[in-house]
Amino acid sequence: MRGPVTWWNDPWRPPRFLIGITAGYLAWSLLPVAIAVLYSFNDGRSRTTWQGFSFRWYWGDATLSVWHNDALHTALLQTLKLGVVTTLITVPLGVLFAIGIDRWRGRLPAGANFLMLISFVLPEVLLAVALLFVITTIALPIHLGTTAQVIGLITFQVSYPAVLVRARLATIGPQYEEAAMDLGASRLGALRRIILPMLMPAIFASTVLVFADVIDDFVLVRYLSGDAATEPVSVKIYNTARAAPTPALNALATLLLLAALTAVVVGFLVYRYMTRGDTTTKDRGIGAFAGEV
Amino acid sequence: MAVPVIAAPSRSDGPRRQRSSGIWPALAAPGIIWLAACFVFPLYVVLCIVFGQIDPLFRTPVPVWNPLQWDPTQFTYVLTHIVGTHGVFGPPLLRTAVYVLTASALCLLIAFPVAYYVARLSGKRKGLLLALLIAPFWISYMMRMFAWVNLLQNDGIVNKVLTFGGLFNVHVDWLTGQPVVVILGLVYGYVPYMILPLYAGLDRLSQPMLEASRDLGADRFSSFWRVTLPLCRPTIVAAVLLTCLPMLGDYFTNDMLSASPKTTMVGNLINDGVQAPGQTGQAGAFVMLVFLVALLPMLYYIRVTSRGSEVST
Repeated sequence: MRGPVTWWNDPWRPPRFLIGITAGYLAWSLLPVAIAVLYSFNDGRSRTTWQGFSFRWYWGDATLSVWHNDALHTALLQTLKLGVVTTLITVPLGVLFAIGIDRWRGRLPAGANFLMLISFVLPEVLLAVALLFVITTIALPIHLGTTAQVIGLITFQVSYPAVLVRARLATIGPQYEEAAMDLGASRLGALRRIILPMLMPAIFASTVLVFADVIDDFVLVRYLSGDAATEPVSVKIYNTARAAPTPALNALATLLLLAALTAVVVGFLVYRYMTRGDTTTKDRGIGAFAGEV
Repeated sequence: MAVPVIAAPSRSDGPRRQRSSGIWPALAAPGIIWLAACFVFPLYVVLCIVFGQIDPLFRTPVPVWNPLQWDPTQFTYVLTHIVGTHGVFGPPLLRTAVYVLTASALCLLIAFPVAYYVARLSGKRKGLLLALLIAPFWISYMMRMFAWVNLLQNDGIVNKVLTFGGLFNVHVDWLTGQPVVVILGLVYGYVPYMILPLYAGLDRLSQPMLEASRDLGADRFSSFWRVTLPLCRPTIVAAVLLTCLPMLGDYFTNDMLSASPKTTMVGNLINDGVQAPGQTGQAGAFVMLVFLVALLPMLYYIRVTSRGSEVST
């Protein structure tokens, strides 16, 4: 038995306290969700008492399951639709914006960069209320519903690809582009054939990030949804969570979780394939992929 | 004593030869126009509604576009009802401050040790642990709150565990206006957003610097206190702001876990006002108030992160 002083001075003792906190935190953060997923397979109506395993709430129940209930699968489709459409517009917009801002020097681009960063950290509810006011008080050809939701989501998300791409541009540095131009490439040619391929990992990572973030969004899509038909999953959960829902709601949330996890896992594997042999992103692994730049 | 802030590569200037090129403005233009139309303009509309009129018949807001004709009635109405005899808005504002500060402090208390362990001491388990830390990011916020609604119901697991299978008689209504539940809900919801930036900062902490401090005779505590903490102070500030700012506008955590006026926050005031006829201007006034309160932290965050070229989520 060693004395406490030896123990204290041992630089190689395992950090038991930190291990304990980390394990406790992980259990606390993931177990509730795991339990919610588990109860989506419950055979009865209860979300608190286990009554046997079944797929009743996915497709078994003829009226209330996700597959058969219109309201529920409309929500899921709306979520996926918003995710795809928003991502397809946001990423090119943000990437072009980032490249332009990075190279163009002056007050206007500096101000635009500042605005972009503000939109990155602004509490979402402020932007949501502001956009709601615009659409409800001004006679615009845009009405509440999918279009308004997409516009709001793009505004909120465009900073993601912009921030990631700018960080990547800073790592790449000017030398490759200069070399290409010394060898006779035009400015656009160098951009298209040198810089864009080097940016691909960052562009791809931001695509997955934006998609996963959009299908998770709640505040903007709730205010800008016109009626029940354009309410995505998150709003559905919010509306019914306190009103004695069936485990079909758990099933709906589980399906959304599955969509997000699939996107992220596939995305991560592709990202690792894309960055193989790339020294600047080496051993960043999954961290680089989570928006850590 | 000059301590280098964050050991990250400084931003290099792009190729400098293109004075006359019009490509870059052309590339940036769509984004700039978008931000102007869908970000700056809506914020101006909020001002026009707060300082505008209310239609006497339909109780709908009538925006006033000319700043010279702005009428501050609605804004002063909100301001005068914060303190004093009509101070209906005071308690929610104070509550917001208390909840957000408590929740952020708890977040930091949890996030820092976890991030420290995973970033610096976890060895070959790092990849797996990091994946688990990131996992809550991909789980819908609403689903995570909903999971707690299930657990905290009157016949839910939490109460079952507390009764030890009928041994004690515990019947706590967790979901009706318990401040503790709301604060813990906020912590649960936002702590992942704090762990990741802390992880990034601690991960790139300069190892030679720490070794030097130990070589020069500092013990564990003083090396942590005088080297580690000052080195990652910008990261800590950025991480705290990144959790505080969204919490300021949060109303859904409160609605899901409490739905009681006893725990109303400023986000709920905004949400209720937006949906009530005639109170749109008040909601706008609260939006402005939150914006003003959040402005300095936001500017500070941008400064901290752009100085170290560290702009992480």
